[in-house]
Order: sequence, then structure tokens, then C-alpha cells
Amino acid sequence: MIETIAFYLFSAVLVASAIMVVFSRNPVHSVLFLILSFFNAAGLFILLGAEFVAMILVIVYVGAVAVLFLFVVMMLDINFAELRRGINTYLPFGIFLGAVLFIELVFLVFQNWIVPTGGPAIAAPTPSVATVSNTRALGQLIYTHYLYVFQVSGLILLVAMIGAIVLTLRKRPGVQRQRIAAQIGRKRADVLAVKQVSSGAGAPVQ
Amino acid sequence: MIGLWNYLVVGALVFVIGVMGIFLNRKNVIIILMSIELILLSVSINFVTFSAFLGDLFGQVFVMFVLTVAAAESAIGLAILMIYFRNRGSIAVEDVNTMKG
Repeated sequence: MIETIAFYLFSAVLVASAIMVVFSRNPVHSVLFLILSFFNAAGLFILLGAEFVAMILVIVYVGAVAVLFLFVVMMLDINFAELRRGINTYLPFGIFLGAVLFIELVFLVFQNWIVPTGGPAIAAPTPSVATVSNTRALGQLIYTHYLYVFQVSGLILLVAMIGAIVLTLRKRPGVQRQRIAAQIGRKRADVLAVKQVSSGAGAPVQ
Repeated sequence: MIGLWNYLVVGALVFVIGVMGIFLNRKNVIIILMSIELILLSVSINFVTFSAFLGDLFGQVFVMFVLTVAAAESAIGLAILMIYFRNRGSIAVEDVNTMKG
């Protein structure tokens, strides 16, 4: 009973906030509704028994991606009302297309083509929750069978990080910066000369 | 009782909303990127649903890869958006014709 209520609550708020992401006038509100929809999706994942993925969803999306979106939205100085002007002309076509797509997807669901059967097609059977927790089971799977794939996903993140830095790095001319390598590379002999001056003669004029 | 199809319908709804968001906000790149995030979220919902109902843990492993790719995609997309705004002073998709593609 409580599971049913929780499912309908989470999914209703998820769908409503997804709609608000698309239709909100202010992009900052859109980002905040995106955060709300990710929280509710995490709730659905917990209902399904995937706690680790739910927590990762909250950490990665709410903690990183949504904050990144918020940063960019607040940093860019854009007239967003100007960008929204054509939305009414696209609205009938968009709703028509969405309705067609949704009917097709639901038709696929109710057609019973995708009834889960299990059997030999299962790649990695879920161990019983009583013996192994979800996080531990995922770890045992990722760090053994899917180790190389996991490493490649880390490589994707590295490439994305380098790419983002390279794209947004900007060299402005005329800005005086501290050149630490030149400072450290100074030799004593380059900058300092000790002259032996005989008494009463004075230093030679350079 | 909450069955498989309930979750699949929720995933389909979120997917459709994401696709509609791309169509409706075709001038605003930030909303388009958020719609792509919604679409990837609906894919994750489907993966976790089938993982739970089939008893196959690999679906949850794949959700982590989907999350990785989504994070990388949004980081690169927002970086491109930043340099585009810096060069052109606008993020309207219709103005993106610098490369004459």
C-alpha cells in the first residue's frame, strides 16, 4: 500500500516537474525543476531497490550537473523572453509529435513483447538482498567483470574535463601575469655581480 | 500493485516530455540541453526498471555508464555554449551558422 502511494507520488511529481522544465519562463526555474525531477527519479530508483544508483543520481546530477547548469544560466546575460517568442507556433506540432510518440511507446509496453522472462539471457543475476547489499553487489560486478568498461568511463570523464578546460580557456593579450617559471629559473650569476674595488680607486663607470 | 508497466509508462512520459522540450524551445540551447538530460533520465528509469524486474544487475551498471556520458555531454555542451556566447553575444540556435554547415 505504502509502496503504491510512494510510486504515484514520486512519478506524479517527476512528470509535473519535467513539464515545468520545458515550459517554465525563467531558465533558473527550469534548472530548479530539473533538480526536483532528479530527486523524484532517485525516489523511484529506491522503490525499485537500486539504492546505489539513486544516491549516485542525486550526487552526480544534483551536486554537479544541475549546479553547472545554474552557473551557466546565471553567468550568461541573455534576454530569455526573446528566445521564447516562437514557442506558440511550435506548440501544436510539438504536442502532436509528443502524443504520437507516447502512444507508440505505450503500445509497445502493452503489446507484451517485452515481458521479462529472465532465463539464460541474464548477464549478472542479482544476489539476494538478505546476503549482499545492493552497493556491494554492484561493486563486485563493476570491479571484476566490467573493470575495463569502468576504466573507459573514467577516461570519458577525463576527456570531457580536458575538453571543457581547453574550450573555455582564454588568453587575453595585455594582461600582466606572474611568470613563476621565470622567477624560479633565475640564476645568481645572471643578476648579481660582485666587484672587487681597490681602496681609493672607486668603481669603474659602466 | 505496482508492476513493470507503471514504471515503463513513467519513463515513456518523461522521454516524450524531453522530446517535446527540444521541439518547443528550439531557440534556447540551455533548455535543449536540459531536455537531453530528461531523455537520458528516462532511459535510466527504463534500465533500472528492467534490472529490478528481471533480476539482472547489469542494468544498474549500465545506468552508471549512462550517467557518466550524460555528465560529460553536459559539461562539453555548456563549455561550447560559453565560448559561443563569448564570441557572438547570443545563444539562439538560428544564429549558429559560423561554419556554414
